Amino acid sequence: MSEIAGVSAGGVLSVAAALFIIGMVGIMVRRDLLYVLMSLEIMINAAALAFVVAAARWRQPDGQVMVIFILVAAAAEVGVGLSLVLRLYHRFATVDGDRISSLKG
Amino acid sequence: MTAVCYAGCAVALVCALLVVTARNAMHALLYLILMLLALALVFFTLGAPFAAVLQVVIYAGAIMVLFVFVVMMLNVAEPGQRRERLWLTSAVGIIPLGLAATLLALTIFALSSLWSEGLAMSVVGPKEVGVSLYRDYVLGIEIASLLLLAGLIAAFHLAPVPRSEVEPAEESDHE
Amino acid sequence: MLELLWLAPALPLLGALILALCGGLLPRRWIATIGCASVGMSWAVSVGMGFAYLGGPHRAFRQSMYEWISAGGLQVSVGLYLDPLSLVMLEVVTFVGFLIHLYAVEFMAAPPSPPSLRARGGGTGGGVRPPLQTWRGGKGGEDPDGYGRFFCYMNLFVASMLILVLGDSFLSLYLGWEGVGLCSYLLIGFWYRDPANGRAAQKAFIVTRVGDTALAIALFLLFARLETLDIQGAMGAVGRLGQGAALAAALLVLGGAVGKSAQLPLQTWLPDAMAGPTPVSALIHAATMVTAGVYLIARTQPLFEASPTAMMVVAVVGAASACYAAASALAQYDIKRVLAYSTISQVGYMFLALGVGAWGAAIFHLVTHAFFKALLFLSAGIVIQALNEEHDIRRMGGLWRRLPVAGWTFLIGACSLSALPLVTAGFYSKDAIIWAAWSSPRGSPVLWAAAVAASLLTAVYIFRVFFLVFFGDRAREVERRPGGLMIAAVIVLCAFAVLAGGLWLPPSLGGFDPLGRLLAGLYGAAVGEGGHGEAAFLGISSAVSLAGIALAYLLFVRLRQRASAWQPSRAHLAASRFFLHGWGFDSLYDHLFVRPYVAATRLGRDDVVEGIYTGLAGAAAGASRLLSAAQSGRVRNYATGILLGAVLVAMVLLIR
Repeated sequence: MSEIAGVSAGGVLSVAAALFIIGMVGIMVRRDLLYVLMSLEIMINAAALAFVVAAARWRQPDGQVMVIFILVAAAAEVGVGLSLVLRLYHRFATVDGDRISSLKG
Repeated sequence: MTAVCYAGCAVALVCALLVVTARNAMHALLYLILMLLALALVFFTLGAPFAAVLQVVIYAGAIMVLFVFVVMMLNVAEPGQRRERLWLTSAVGIIPLGLAATLLALTIFALSSLWSEGLAMSVVGPKEVGVSLYRDYVLGIEIASLLLLAGLIAAFHLAPVPRSEVEPAEESDHE
Repeated sequence: MLELLWLAPALPLLGALILALCGGLLPRRWIATIGCASVGMSWAVSVGMGFAYLGGPHRAFRQSMYEWISAGGLQVSVGLYLDPLSLVMLEVVTFVGFLIHLYAVEFMAAPPSPPSLRARGGGTGGGVRPPLQTWRGGKGGEDPDGYGRFFCYMNLFVASMLILVLGDSFLSLYLGWEGVGLCSYLLIGFWYRDPANGRAAQKAFIVTRVGDTALAIALFLLFARLETLDIQGAMGAVGRLGQGAALAAALLVLGGAVGKSAQLPLQTWLPDAMAGPTPVSALIHAATMVTAGVYLIARTQPLFEASPTAMMVVAVVGAASACYAAASALAQYDIKRVLAYSTISQVGYMFLALGVGAWGAAIFHLVTHAFFKALLFLSAGIVIQALNEEHDIRRMGGLWRRLPVAGWTFLIGACSLSALPLVTAGFYSKDAIIWAAWSSPRGSPVLWAAAVAASLLTAVYIFRVFFLVFFGDRAREVERRPGGLMIAAVIVLCAFAVLAGGLWLPPSLGGFDPLGRLLAGLYGAAVGEGGHGEAAFLGISSAVSLAGIALAYLLFVRLRQRASAWQPSRAHLAASRFFLHGWGFDSLYDHLFVRPYVAATRLGRDDVVEGIYTGLAGAAAGASRLLSAAQSGRVRNYATGILLGAVLVAMVLLIR
């Protein structure tokens, strides 16, 4: 491998992709809704990492601005999401995602 | 510096894996917080200190706290462990892991042209970010605040009303 | 005088029309009068025609009445054609028809016993029977027994038959052909309240339909090749047909004839057609309709002459039917079924004659057969009515002294049928055929042997019936005596059954043959004229028929005691059942045609076309059920689905 000046952009982006995929696997595998939300957080963070890499690449602040917005969106999402989980727990006494399948068929 | 960056990435990956495979919800949350801190380190090494600080303060500091509150309120951590042992079998993971491997391979193949590109370690400070935020993306700020307001109202409305008279402090608000 | 020819078919048609419109309202006397008078006047006209034709130059007379179809290349006119052949047929049909109508006046006036009893060969006549209504009495307005309907159909039949034989174009012939088929159906199923009669009528109609279709195709072929449907025109132009076309057309015409005349392989309908009243059996299924096939082939003689293969087929069919039916008749125990098989056998003789080229002999036998077969049927009818609708000969006996009219007339008919030498008409006509089978250039010893064998069997079976019915010690009480008209009709037929032989004596016995000379004008010299050894063959056939009578006497009179004590073995019973059911043809056709067809209809009963649409709907519903299994309602699965799609899209985008 040749000498690269600094961090390899593709490498960090690959890490971001890997994080995203891990989060994706978490959503597909876990039944507990809280874990699903956690996996979502992982995915969101992976996107944020990708933006920061882009900011570093072009040496512009726009990537970090995007990170702020991502943060805002994640916050709102977590608030609403957790309220829903609480609601579900109140109704079904479980946080099992598979139990909530009345829309099946 | 580059070594620090890679180390942070490695920690983040490991923590993410541990989050997904943890049986205890509290443990998973703690791993998640660790992952966020590792990512903040990576941001810092990539020349984005402002993003790193925000990550720590807001993400790990506020959003994760919210998670912790809910987990403790629902008290799903302890009894969940037994459950998770049942639910999280290796058979469940075959298709997702297959998909994951495929997607990972594809992405790395697509990014192959960028592997050799190096990032110069130049720092983009908070001042620049602030200027850009309030000059170019001021509309985005407004929309973001609207989004937060919507989230606030939704959370307030959707949170269940407990049967007991004591009303716990439910609102998740921050600005 | 000859211009009045059109009255011959028109009068019975008019009679049928009147009876159709108001037959139910008229008193019986009027119905009988109209029904018989129309046919009687038609007979008078035919007698007049006979004198006029024979008195003048023996030239064919054609009377064209009107233009029926004129469309493009098809010009069909309705007309009548009188030549020796149609003259003979005209006389026979009207005369025998008239006699049978007279007979039927009294026969049909007595209501039948309940059908269920009749089917099992009679019984004690239990159940309620309506009061006897003779034909003289009765007022109009009520016709529960269908008296008016009967004579309407009979008149219609006579009219159709006359159109058939007098028509000058194939289309008129086909019109008459279909007309007689219709009347046959109507009259077989006359007592329609019994479903078995309806089934017999359907069977007759459907089986003859097969033949009718063959005839129609033949007409199409002839028209396509010869461009005319006029009989004389087409027959004159037969030379233009190639060998193949001539053979095809001739075989198709034979198919039509086989259907109508109940020869092999379309003979299965005639024994069942005996479900109709006895006058119907006598007129339609003995004397006239079944001979329509013979007439057809005789009429299309040039076509058959053009194809020697077809003629051989005709002869073989005739000989085979003769033997087949004679063997089957031996095993029957219903008196009318014996006579039905006998008809098949005798018509087989006529076909044999046609096939070896003895056209005149075939027509001669047609004439004599009409007389003695009608005679046999009518006297059998007297017996049946006398014993209160008993058909089973095993339950009859000892009627010679009790019912002398029937006895003597049946005897004379039986003698004529079995060709008793010299004194009966059947002898002369049947012998002419047997001689022709040997001596004709198209004949062969095999055909001759078949004809002789059938002749032996004929004598045996008919005298078996005679001895069983009129002799023996099981005496039955006579419940109804025949009326005057019935007796008169059978006696007249007796006279003709004896004397009609005088129409054509063979050369070795005098050679007086007015009929022969008449037909020679059409067909040329008779076959085997002046052949050697004719007298010897006469002797052989005489010996055969006498031997048959003697054999029957031996078996059924002398050895009857021993016969009734003899236990038949299983093989014998099976053989007897085989012949009883007409060699299993019914069962064969049932398995070969009826059952597959019914199974096929059952397949289509659920409306195949609609099945396609409901099948589509069912398939869509099934696919939907299958796919809805994927909608589990679980977020996890949905997420997996989304991600799977995303991966696929990414693959497509990135790899390109």
